[in-house]
Amino acid sequence: MKPLINSLPETVFTTKVDQLLNWGRASSQWYMLFGLACCAIELMQTGGPRADLDRFGAVPRATPRQSDLMIVAGTLTYKMAKRTKLLYDQMPDPKYVISMGSCSNCGGLFQLAYSVCKGVDKIVPVDVYVPGCPPRPEALTEGLLRIQDKMMRERWLVRPSRSEGDGAEA
Amino acid sequence: MEAKEIYLRLEKQFPGKVSNFKGEVPEPYCSVSPEAIVETSRFLRDDSSLKFEVLSDLTALDWPKEEKIQVVYHLYSYSNKSQFVLKVDLPRDNPKVPTLEGVWKVANWFEREVFDLFGVIFEGHSDLRRIMLPEDWVGHPLRKDYVEQEEYDGISTQRAPLVEKLLR
Repeated sequence: MKPLINSLPETVFTTKVDQLLNWGRASSQWYMLFGLACCAIELMQTGGPRADLDRFGAVPRATPRQSDLMIVAGTLTYKMAKRTKLLYDQMPDPKYVISMGSCSNCGGLFQLAYSVCKGVDKIVPVDVYVPGCPPRPEALTEGLLRIQDKMMRERWLVRPSRSEGDGAEA
Repeated sequence: MEAKEIYLRLEKQFPGKVSNFKGEVPEPYCSVSPEAIVETSRFLRDDSSLKFEVLSDLTALDWPKEEKIQVVYHLYSYSNKSQFVLKVDLPRDNPKVPTLEGVWKVANWFEREVFDLFGVIFEGHSDLRRIMLPEDWVGHPLRKDYVEQEEYDGISTQRAPLVEKLLR
């Protein structure tokens, strides 16, 4: 039997709804325009012409309410941690977080300081950690691609089971 | 004007209030007793030959062994291109000093910073509250005996240290 795709005209292709949704989301990750320290400079470079995050459909948005992705770029102090949590809570689901650089991964160079939060994962769930101090634009681009991989594995049409391990039919 | 001359002027004007002059350092300084700091500063600012128009820095030091907190005032004169440093020693358990807000307006924020990080009370200050740390912070972190809280506002402050050797 011939494959289905060859029996249709060239302008038609088949896919799964899940994959179509994922492809749409992964190709338009709007990240929040939000930087805390020197990593923000590297974040700007990544959005600039050489690394050019726009190639992946990722554009900065100035408000959390229109963003899908939060890139925590820089040293997170406790004073800022509360605000960061608020910004994260204002983002619509589905939302993803990249922790960029040593400081937001674990406090980094400043982890012994009294005012620095020991990692952004203390306050919000993190999807991808990008190491570096600061990470090069290539590294952040790689982090964005990892987020895309994660998005492509999501299954939106399946209802998540209420609790782990009750009933395999979901 | 030489720092030694400035000190001699001060000593003549406020006998017994200034002491401990040290001139063989990049930034010459002398000690001032806490109750005389306002009039000393006003004299340094207003005197026609001294003209210290600017309070360029105000900070503090914690000396736990000597049981004192030292507040340091860096003065600069744009007219004479001269500088001078005043130091005030305060008891560590109850550090209180009059505010210099009425002499140099910039002292307002400097004093709030020293209050925030060292817990020095500036009497007469118009708005003495924390300037950098959150308002619900506990303690004054630049004191040598500061102990970090277990958590701040529900956020744990603990993490397995990556640099064990640097921990004191």
